[in-house]
Amino acid sequence: MPTLVSHPEEVKVISRRFGQGAAEIDRYVELDGYKAVQQAIAQGPEWIINTMKASGLRGRGGAGFPTGMKWSFVPKQSEKPKYVLVNGDESEPGTCKDHVIFLHDPHAVIEGTMIAGLAIGSKVGFIYLRGEYRYLLKIVEKAVADAYAKGYLGKNIFGHEGVDFDIVTQTGAGAYEVGEESALMESLEGKRGIPRIKPPFPAVVGLYGGPTVINNAETIAAAPHILLMGGEAYAKLGSERNGGTRLFGISGHVERPGIYELPMGYSLRKAIYEVAGGIKGGKTLKAVVPGGSSCPVLTADEIDVGLDFDQMGKAGTMLGSGGIVVLDETVSIVEFALRTIKFYQHESCGWCVPCREGTDWIKKTLQRVYDGGGSRKDVDNVQYLAENMMGRTFCPLGDAAAMPTIAFVKKFRKEFEDYIEGRRAGTPLITEQELIGAH
Amino acid sequence: MPDVNFIVDGKQLTAPAGTLLIDACKASGIEIPAFCYYPGLSLQAACRMCVVRIEKLPKLQTACTTPVAEGMVIQTETPEIAQARKATLQLLLGNHPLDCPVCDAGGQCELQDMTFKYGAAESFYAEPKNHREEQKWSPVVYFDRPRCILCYRCIRMCGEGMDVFALGIQNRGASSIIAPNIPASESPDALAHVDCEQCGMCIDACPVGALTSGTYRYKTRPWEMNHVATVCTHCGDGCKTTLGVRATTDGTEIMRGDNRDKSGINGDFLCNKGRYAFDFANSEDRLTKPLVRQPDGVLKPVSWEVALDHVGKKLRELRDTRGGRSIGVIGGNRLTNEEAYLLQKFARTVLGTNNIDHHRTADYVTFARALAGKGARAASQRDNQTAPAILLIGGDPSNQNPLTAWNLRTDVRINRARLYVANSGEIKLRRQAKAFVQLAPFGYDAFASYLAGDDAAATGALEGGDATKLTSFRDALRAEQSLVILIGSELRGRALETLIEFGLTLPNTKFALLSDYVNSRGAADMGLLPDMLPGYVPVSAPGTFSEYNAPSAGADLKAPGFDLLETFDAAARGELSALFVVGANPVARYGVDPASLKNTFVVVQEMFLTETAALADVILPASNLYEKSGSVTNSYGDLQQVNKAGDRAGVRSDFEMIVRIADKMGAHIPSLIPFGKGLRADMGQTRGAQSGEADRHAVWLTANNLEPRVSPFDPSAILDEIQRLVPGYDLLRLQLISGNDQHLSPPADLVQIQTAAPRRDLVLPANDTLFTSGTLGRYSPMLNDLQAFESRRSEQLNQTAAD
Repeated sequence: MPTLVSHPEEVKVISRRFGQGAAEIDRYVELDGYKAVQQAIAQGPEWIINTMKASGLRGRGGAGFPTGMKWSFVPKQSEKPKYVLVNGDESEPGTCKDHVIFLHDPHAVIEGTMIAGLAIGSKVGFIYLRGEYRYLLKIVEKAVADAYAKGYLGKNIFGHEGVDFDIVTQTGAGAYEVGEESALMESLEGKRGIPRIKPPFPAVVGLYGGPTVINNAETIAAAPHILLMGGEAYAKLGSERNGGTRLFGISGHVERPGIYELPMGYSLRKAIYEVAGGIKGGKTLKAVVPGGSSCPVLTADEIDVGLDFDQMGKAGTMLGSGGIVVLDETVSIVEFALRTIKFYQHESCGWCVPCREGTDWIKKTLQRVYDGGGSRKDVDNVQYLAENMMGRTFCPLGDAAAMPTIAFVKKFRKEFEDYIEGRRAGTPLITEQELIGAH
Repeated sequence: MPDVNFIVDGKQLTAPAGTLLIDACKASGIEIPAFCYYPGLSLQAACRMCVVRIEKLPKLQTACTTPVAEGMVIQTETPEIAQARKATLQLLLGNHPLDCPVCDAGGQCELQDMTFKYGAAESFYAEPKNHREEQKWSPVVYFDRPRCILCYRCIRMCGEGMDVFALGIQNRGASSIIAPNIPASESPDALAHVDCEQCGMCIDACPVGALTSGTYRYKTRPWEMNHVATVCTHCGDGCKTTLGVRATTDGTEIMRGDNRDKSGINGDFLCNKGRYAFDFANSEDRLTKPLVRQPDGVLKPVSWEVALDHVGKKLRELRDTRGGRSIGVIGGNRLTNEEAYLLQKFARTVLGTNNIDHHRTADYVTFARALAGKGARAASQRDNQTAPAILLIGGDPSNQNPLTAWNLRTDVRINRARLYVANSGEIKLRRQAKAFVQLAPFGYDAFASYLAGDDAAATGALEGGDATKLTSFRDALRAEQSLVILIGSELRGRALETLIEFGLTLPNTKFALLSDYVNSRGAADMGLLPDMLPGYVPVSAPGTFSEYNAPSAGADLKAPGFDLLETFDAAARGELSALFVVGANPVARYGVDPASLKNTFVVVQEMFLTETAALADVILPASNLYEKSGSVTNSYGDLQQVNKAGDRAGVRSDFEMIVRIADKMGAHIPSLIPFGKGLRADMGQTRGAQSGEADRHAVWLTANNLEPRVSPFDPSAILDEIQRLVPGYDLLRLQLISGNDQHLSPPADLVQIQTAAPRRDLVLPANDTLFTSGTLGRYSPMLNDLQAFESRRSEQLNQTAAD
């Protein structure tokens, strides 16, 4: 288990209860737990949605869609049951924020799920955990059971006649692809984790054909805090059109890696050099992958940018899932690009041609380059393949593989060419075997 | 849905709202390429070939999943789109083996066509291609993974189309692979197999050569064959099938059966028999020389001249000495209409006998009589594709009439038709049924009575069970405004009449009676019956024979002849001087005692040395339906043309043999076959000849090269007479020649026979399965292989269960 870190620059909202034993329901209640949901029952759905809209909260999974708006899209009347679905399939390399929420504050997710359910008129919520987070399942299941035991879940919750809410937990089976919302629903229904054709969107036809709100675990966990502090107050914490705070997982070659809660729009440079303590061992920064492995890499002189969806977009990359991977001068970009595409090649579901075949050929080509058999033409081919995957695939996984690849070969083309010609930068990364052995 | 207007490549188009862009474009002649899109199956958006540019949308969109909307502006062929398609093709070809020179699909491959169009010929991958060994999933289905482009058509065809679900995807990403439902790990021979209906629809749907057919693979190239569209000889559904034939030293060999001609009555569909079971025609066991039994009892090959001479002389002698009524004639269910018609005319006017019958697989006599004069009440096979509601009583189309089953499934799936099934068995189609009642084993008669209003019959219809289920079933039927009633051969005589009477009380009901072979219906329509002339006209009706100009049509022919069973009874009594069997095997089918024929002169026209042929005095080697032209009528009364595809040295068509025998008997051939030019040209009317005007129709036919080579051996010479004399058959000749199916209407009126005793039930359903087809099926190596494969599989399953 990673140890918790802290820094004075942090603004603790979601992480407020981390490290305080809030996984125990009594402690959670002591720390203002389950107050927001009772307020939500009293005030009604319209108030919830308005508060969420005012908060400026945008989806923390990476796409950044305004949460309040998403909830308002669910039709009020529906023949089929409506559902709330919590996406805890946190799989983007470099990202481990939902993990700490489930570990330290599982009731916040449960309470947030109930709030979303009250907002859209649903009586059932599903918490879908990444398959590899099996050890968190016990914690979440215990939290759910405790909430039932207290009468917070089930029939007539908190003694309110006719207000029912149930929560079901489920784990995945180890596929990155099911982090995509419609693939997650397929998986939850017991099918192959392949995305669905959209439209219809989940808000109209979702899980088991019913209207469904699906949110990232961090988004859901933010909801109780927002209701308690008020939408506007939460919005003010962040930057323009990017309300509140979010968890950033800063990893790689920094002095103090860890999960930090920073206001939206916080400077990336400060996050690396102040919050995370700067580059490890006084080495030089080479590049930053700012929001999980699918985000285009930033070079050392591109980090003067605010960490919110809009500023990062302007900088030609993405805020993504908040997983900041810091790379120092010792890293070979050729190797890093190969490691990245290996992941996407392995995780491609295989449904559509560009992603299935494109990731495979990029991987094969980069592997050959890495092994020493490359030519300059290979760099062109990798770029051609990635550019022809971009925007042409069935779901965003193809883009997630293409975007970083394009950035690597464009921004570090010289390094690729030098590598091919025998001038190799950096020292080899830890191997996968070593990584597995280290566990 | 209201129409919407949109612009494609600058052309203003209109289509109903909700139409998929790919379909709307196709309807307007704009072809958008696609591998995974297949009309009627669920959408995939997986191949990314159909991408188009839609104004105001940031990314290229897939035309197969985009419904057209008002004001949409679409580009389908820009440099950007061409590049996207080219890149996709390059990726597909990256792992494709490019073994086109030996691939079955070479020349007929959608991947080749697309590559040709978008020019993705160069490859820039240095790594070896992914390879997997080829798999034999069954005697008829082989899978070559490297060629597969993962369009998932086969999976959907099998699951959604066939309701079999034998195929799926294993693994993910670049390792994804189409996998059959019996994995190697669960198979005793450690090889993956399919447990399925072996229909081969997956092969047909495959855009490349990944799925290949056991009968065809690596045998020839598509361009080395002639492709002849004809009608399958097996069940009574009458599917159009395209036979690929290639010349050999002794005629031609049929190499392949498939469904390239999707314009046929069967649309996308062909079952395993239509696809593979043409191979009886290539059988080593074919008879190719006439055989005449010598005084020592041995069958000896002789020349055609000798054989026909012998038959002609002998039949003439027996007719003249012992009378026509001592001669029996049995026809087949796989003869063309022309042959069946000629056979009964030959029997009645040349042999002078009404002792003529065939193996009846459904009670078409009662069916025709019950619907006569009731207007357009006969359902076409095509009605099954669109009917809002269908009642299926009896029968098991999934096994016996696979196209009917396909149409019903498709109608339920796509049009949400309501299917009602009543059967004594738990037939597979109950899975698509809105309501299913399981009747008692012999409960059909009682059920028909129950439907017609006799509540007391409920106990007889059900075996125990809950009668309220019957009530709701009947109530639901009564509420239907437009119902097609499909009737299995279990319902005959009085029960069939009762059921039709019930149906006629509902508005707009149509009926069809299912039968077992390609021309079972035609055999009955053409009068292979002892008491009926063509068109179900009783032999006793006045004036019936005048059209035939039959010199010997005396008073003898006003009385019904022997039916099939009576014929053999007469033989056993020693009263049958001769038996003429054309394309039938009654000895095996009815368990006839061979000794009963010892004093009968038996002539058999046959392809094989069947149980019946083995008893013959003369065997004349016959061609089969794939080796001749003519017309056939399916169970539904859809008339279609069959075209000569194959050929075999030494054999003759049944039509030609009958004419030659008649000639040898000294019959007046122009009376038997009206083969004069004028007769044909003006459709049997002598208008042109009488008026002295030029026959414009004849001039037009000649100008359009439609004038046949007029010969008494040309079956079309007798089609005029059929069209003139048989009610319902007066359909457009041009439509027929063009290969279109046409639906017969029931006769406006029929002379109804009054008989004291109810008519005898002579229907004997063949109960063929997907892997049998009467006597003929026994000579199909592929059907035998499939039976063996299936029985091995079920043995293994039993063993596993026992373990």
